[in-house]
Amino acid sequence: MAEFTRGFGGRRRESDPRLPPGQYLTADFPVLSAGPTPRIAESEWSFSIRTESGAVTSWSWSEFLALPAEDVHTDIHCVTRWSKLDTTWRGVSIDTLFAGIDTSYEFAMAHSYGGYTTNVPMADLRGGKAWVAYAFDGKPLDPEHGGPARLLVPHLYFWKSAKWVRGLSMQKHDDPGFWEQNGYNLHGDPWTEERYW
Amino acid sequence: MRTSDWLAARVADAVPDTAHGRRLTLAVPGWPGNAPGQHLDIRLTAPDGYQAERSYSIASSGPGESVEIAVDEIPEGEVSPYLVRVAEPGDALEVKGPLGAYFVWDPADPSPVQLIAGGSGIVPLLAMARARAAMSAGAPFRLLYSVRTAADALYRDEVERLGAAGLDVTWAYTRQAPTGWPGRVGRLDAERIAQATWMPAQHPLTFICGPTSFVEAAADAMVAAGHDAARVKTERFGGS
Repeated sequence: MAEFTRGFGGRRRESDPRLPPGQYLTADFPVLSAGPTPRIAESEWSFSIRTESGAVTSWSWSEFLALPAEDVHTDIHCVTRWSKLDTTWRGVSIDTLFAGIDTSYEFAMAHSYGGYTTNVPMADLRGGKAWVAYAFDGKPLDPEHGGPARLLVPHLYFWKSAKWVRGLSMQKHDDPGFWEQNGYNLHGDPWTEERYW
Repeated sequence: MRTSDWLAARVADAVPDTAHGRRLTLAVPGWPGNAPGQHLDIRLTAPDGYQAERSYSIASSGPGESVEIAVDEIPEGEVSPYLVRVAEPGDALEVKGPLGAYFVWDPADPSPVQLIAGGSGIVPLLAMARARAAMSAGAPFRLLYSVRTAADALYRDEVERLGAAGLDVTWAYTRQAPTGWPGRVGRLDAERIAQATWMPAQHPLTFICGPTSFVEAAADAMVAAGHDAARVKTERFGGS
């Protein structure tokens, strides 16, 4: 245990078992981005999955909206220490997107408009764990929060939920993405505080 | 680079800088040094073991075990009121870092640098301006610093000194300007940002730090003016 900090009593926020270690609750929805917010017209948007064979499966915006969607109620945790409980999203499950995809690779790199990338193991994407979300709180996703669509991997720190996502490419190894090359952990489990290198 | 575990630290110096902000120098045995623009995590521990952690940008850079931060109080906050109002030299806390490898200026990069600060977003940008000022020659720097009033400006005196020593500084006031100020008062718009920044043809590297709404507006203005979005680096804080 660390030496205590004289004069610090803490504000005694109610502890919540849904709050991972080192996190605090916020009612806001703060933004973490490394650069300007890309503004992508829905007419120009597409989402694609590229496998090790080079095969590319793509959906236009209208094709994507026609896929079976799910409502997701979840807590989200940012590596900058805010957590937001009981958020509501709507999007397409990664399981749905991969239903017709032939791949044996166990890792994926998410690619975003604006050039950002983040690596995620398929084990963290499949099995009802991840979505490509296009609505938040019943409304279209704001560009500042990743719209038209972002990856949603709520059981990992939120930088893995790549904003402005445009596709996944399968990779043989868990090669690091943009944030992971710039100081953040390769995996990002908030419950074990996989924050940094 | 591998992030350290928590390091025991002590407050070495605490100096009021504005009515609601303070500069703190921390003595951190084992601190590995940091690059200009990086941040750190601070952890406070209450007598009963309760802990709170937050991230802060670092105003200093280079080697050594002394680290400077500046903190603007968030009235409903948990850690910033302690750091601004309570902490005194000798007090114990913990530090982890340095963190972040992206929002960092490389002194070997000869590109012109544009710094755009909103409020306490000055802190990591000041670290870059200080690092540049410590060099005998290097990239040309410009700073656009938006504050509510002159009295709200963290590091006002030092920014003025850096300006007198050759840093190209443009102040912007959103609430009230000093007496005799010839410019407009109010939020920065694209036109004023364009006037105070390098032209796209000069291919600058731009660092923008401040509250989310400020950073969104400034970054959008730079991109709309023709700057390469990949050369506009941002760091946002606060709610959306």
